This record gives sequence, C-alpha cells and structure tokens, in this order.
Amino acid sequence: MDWALLAESATNGGLVGLMYSLVAMGIVLIYKSSSVPNLAQGSMTMLGAYVVLAFANNAKAPIWLAIMLAIVTMFGVGMAIERVALRRLAGRPIIMILMMTLGLEILLRAGAMTIWGGTGRPMPLGISDDPLFLGSMLINRTYAVGAAVAIVMFGLFMLFFRTRMGVVLRAISDDYTAAWSVGISVERGVALSWAMSAVVATVAGVLWASVQGVDQSLAQLLLKGVTVAVLGGLDSLGGALLAGMLLGIVEGVSASFLDPVLGGASRDLVDAAMLMLTIMLRPHGLYGRHDIERI
Amino acid sequence: MLFRQAGIFHTDYAADRALFPIAADRWMIGILLTFGLVAPLLVNSLYLSSYLLPWLIWTAGALGLNLILGWAGQFHLGYAAVMGIGAYATVHATRAGIPWEIAIVLGGSTAAIIGVGFAFAALRVKGLYLALSTLALQFVMDWVISHVPAISGGTQATLQAPDIRLLGLPVTSDAGLYYVALVWCILVTSFMLNLRRTALGRALIAVREKDFAAAVIGVNSFYFKLVAFSTSSFIGGVTGAILIGTFYHAVTPEQFSVDVSIQALAMVIVGGLGSIIGSYFGAAFILLMPGAINSLISWAAIRFGFSLSIETLAHLPQALYGALIIGFLLIEPLGLGKIYNNIRDYLLVWPFGYVKK
Repeated sequence: MDWALLAESATNGGLVGLMYSLVAMGIVLIYKSSSVPNLAQGSMTMLGAYVVLAFANNAKAPIWLAIMLAIVTMFGVGMAIERVALRRLAGRPIIMILMMTLGLEILLRAGAMTIWGGTGRPMPLGISDDPLFLGSMLINRTYAVGAAVAIVMFGLFMLFFRTRMGVVLRAISDDYTAAWSVGISVERGVALSWAMSAVVATVAGVLWASVQGVDQSLAQLLLKGVTVAVLGGLDSLGGALLAGMLLGIVEGVSASFLDPVLGGASRDLVDAAMLMLTIMLRPHGLYGRHDIERI
Repeated sequence: MLFRQAGIFHTDYAADRALFPIAADRWMIGILLTFGLVAPLLVNSLYLSSYLLPWLIWTAGALGLNLILGWAGQFHLGYAAVMGIGAYATVHATRAGIPWEIAIVLGGSTAAIIGVGFAFAALRVKGLYLALSTLALQFVMDWVISHVPAISGGTQATLQAPDIRLLGLPVTSDAGLYYVALVWCILVTSFMLNLRRTALGRALIAVREKDFAAAVIGVNSFYFKLVAFSTSSFIGGVTGAILIGTFYHAVTPEQFSVDVSIQALAMVIVGGLGSIIGSYFGAAFILLMPGAINSLISWAAIRFGFSLSIETLAHLPQALYGALIIGFLLIEPLGLGKIYNNIRDYLLVWPFGYVKK
C-alpha cells in the first residue's frame, strides 16, 4: 500500500468532490422547492461557461465582469425555464417532468453548441498550473480554488436561508400547500430557486471549464451531480457538500488504484456503482428526509 | 365520413371483444398490411432499406419500451443497454455457429434475464429513483460492454455481424431483410394489441395507476413489474439483434449508448404513452425529423441566401429535437397518438358531433 499516493489522491479527490457538489447544489435547490429532479443541471453548467466566454470574447469584458454579467444573465435564464417549461407541468406524473428536463438538457446543450460551436476553448481564469505543495503532496491549485468557492457558496446559501426570502423558500420546501394557504407565492419561490440554481451552475461551469476547457463534456457533469445529490439526500444542501467530498475521495482513491487494473475510465463506473448502492441501501441519502422516497 | 358510424352499438359480446370493432379500422389495417407486403415492389431500394426498415425496427423497439413505460408505468432510462445486450448476445451466438433463429431467441432471453435485474431496482424504489437507477445501469452496461474484450472484441472495436440465415438460406437482399423487420414488427404489434384484452394487460394498467391499490384488489404488483420488465427486455433484446442483423450489419458500443436510450424515450413520449399507433408515429417522427430539418435548412439557406457554419448545421437538428420534446410535453402530453385519436373520435360520429359523450 502506497500511503503517500493514497493521501494525495484522497486530498485531490476531496477537492474535486467539493467542485462536484457545486453541480449537486443546483439540483438540490430545485428539488427542495418543487420536487423536480433537474436532469438539465449539466447543460445549465455548460451554458453558464459558454455565456461567460461570450461576454469575455465578444463583448471584450474583463473576466471578472464577464462572470458577473453571466451570473445575471443565467439568473434570468433560470427564471425563464421555470416560467415557460416547468410551471405548466406542475402536478403531472413524474415521467413527464423527467422527460421535460431531459428535453431541456438536449435543447440547452445542442443550442449552446449551435450558437457558439463545439470546439473546446480555454477559460482564462488566471489560476496558475503550478501545483501547490502541502508537505510531500502535490495539490492542483484550480481544485483548491474550486473547493473554496464551493464552501463559500454553501455559506452564502446558509446565510440566504436566514433572510426573509430564504425563510419563504424553506416554508415552500417544507409544505407547499401550507405555504400557499398563508399567502406565500409558491410560483415565485420556485422560480427563484431555479434562478439560484442557474447561478450556481454558472459558478460551477466557470470552475470546471478552467479545469477541462469549455466544450460539450461539461454537460456530462450531470452524472456526478446526480450521484452527489442523491448520496447527500436530495433535499439537503449540507448533505450535497459532504457527499461531494465523499464521492470525490472514493473516486480519487479508487481511480488511482483501479485504473491500472481495469485499463482506465473507472471513474464513471465508480459513480454509477455509488449511485446504485445509495438507491438500493439508503434512497433518502445521508441527510435527506425519510419521506423523500414517496414522490 | 370515413367510419360511417354514429356511435358504437354492439349487438353481441364477440363484437365487443373484437380486436378492431369498427369496419373502417379493419379496412385501413388491411390496406396498410397489403402495402407493407408489396412495398419492396413499389418503393425503390434506397427508401426501403434506409427509411422503411429502420422505421419498422424502431417501432418494435418503441413498443417494447411503451410496454414498460406506458402500460406498467415504470421509468426505464436504460433501454438501449437492454437492446445492446440482446444484440451482442445474438452476434456472439451466431459467430459460435448457432442458427440465427435460435440466436435471436437466446439474445432476447439474455436481455430478459439481465433486464429483470433492472426490475429488482423497481422492487425497492419507484419514480425518480427507478429512473436514476436504470440510468446508472445504462452506464454500467456501457462500461462493461466497451471494457470487456470478450464481449466487444476489444476497446473501440467493431464486431462484424454474420449474415442472417433463415432455415439455412442466407437473407441478403434488401427485400428479404425488410421482410424480416416487417414480420418482427407485426409480431410485436399484435402482441401489444392483444395485451390490452388480457388479464396481464389489465393487471399492468392497475399497477401503473397505483401499485398499492392494485395490491389491495389482489394484483401482485411485484410479480407484474417483473413480468413487464422481462417482456419488454425480451422485445428490446430481439429488436436490438434484428437492428444489427438487418440494418447496421456490425455492432459497436456507441450504437447502444445513453443517447439512444433517450431517443427511444423520445419516440414513446412523442408518440404517446400507452398508444400503439402512437409508437409508429413517434418512431417515424424521431427518425425522419433530423433529415427533414437538414433539408429544410439547406433549402432555406438557398432560398433566403444565408449561410450557416458547419458546426451550426451539425447541432441545429439536435437543438430542435430537444425543443420538439419540450413542445410536445407542453402542448399535447399524450403525443401524436392522442392527436390521431382526437381526429378519429371526431370522424367516428361525424356529422353527429353531439353523439359524443
């Protein structure tokens, strides 16, 4: 057993995992407010990255301004998706809703590539490629920044849920009929949660794009996001953060030991296995409500 | 007008139980079947082998998925994986020298056995979690197929499928391959048509509507979910094998990826959940749409004098495909089959519209 390798892949895996939980947080936000499992989160992440690039390259905005503008744009996109596509499906069978998010996934992914093209482009965030030395371990700087941003986002959400609007969202997620009957506008709350999830998707898109470039493969983060969200419990933001770290560590460690045996690409297998195991053994995840199975 | 029927008035039970109680339906089915049989004489071989043949095979596939999705109400995001299992099992069996007729049954049975594995997920979870677990199984299957050299013949490999031989006679002509697909499609269609007249079909519908309500009236919902998963997987497996044998002639893991699963789902949704005629419409729609959009765009580009980059042209049909799924869900959630039924219901009592209930 190579302990140094184990520690290094676990640390890097944990940081990558926190970046996965950025994608998962978007899924959780939407699920919490409206019980809609958003299978379009991967392509929303990808769209966010493309929008940032569009502002940076076409409007020649500096990258920080481009990110701000993209966040505002995606806020609107999230609201629009909820208003146009999801609101009319409320109360329909889960098959229809899942198919709708799959349709959105295809539309957003192919739409982004129709407009901006599918060739991979870099995301110039200005994070240096030099590894960070922590004792004898090499740590990827981008992963470290991504993990820090994930924790900051989580903190911001925790603060937000203490504000008036946040309390409204919590009421909706607790019992939307009761929330409705005391005069809370459930539709507006759900729209806000879609908008926030689009914002998280943009942040995740920027960070992941600086790791792997801006192209179609960003949409494949969906599988990781779903796995993390289910493992953490679909309605728990803290669960998503913890589950992301857990999945990242398991994935990193098993990839560094399994890849030589299985000939590469064992990460997806580990993800799928984690997802299956969670669903079989503990469908409500680490921190989900126990009644979450009944949809 | 077409149906000449102001309401349905049966005078005996046999008429009520008939597969097609209305004479006009029998005539239409007869005409379609005749057309299907003489199509190789009427249609040129390009259209026959690149439009009619895949349409028939995919219709059979969509009907198999409709059994699980529309009848039993269980979400299945891994249907392409099941088709792939059937295809690979059949190709390996024929390469080992087993006659093709037996090999497709073997392929279907293999798919059914593994498909029941999917059902064990349905045993424990439902709705969203079933969808996610079948999605995970799709990824596992993809991985296993492409990473186990004994199955795929090595990474990135294409496995050549031997020519189909029926009763020892090789089937290689376009017309012959077309008839194989036609027979399979008719078999699946008649199975599905008869399903709704049987106890099995009614039990599946009971399970779909509410599984514990079904259990209360004595329908063993777990048993019927297993039956639904294995039957649909059998149909899917044989369809995959026939798709390879008559259309692709070679098998690669990409032919059965997660995108194909979503495509099959789109066929069922666009066609209409639980609608047989809808599966025909849905399969035709999804298969023909990209080509139709491409020719529409190139026509418009010439007509209105604009030019689009290659990348735009490559991704635009896909984007419109997503938009169509969304559009159908918003405007007519029960799909093309429901639109056909609305027209039929209107014409059934025409011109006495007030007869309708």
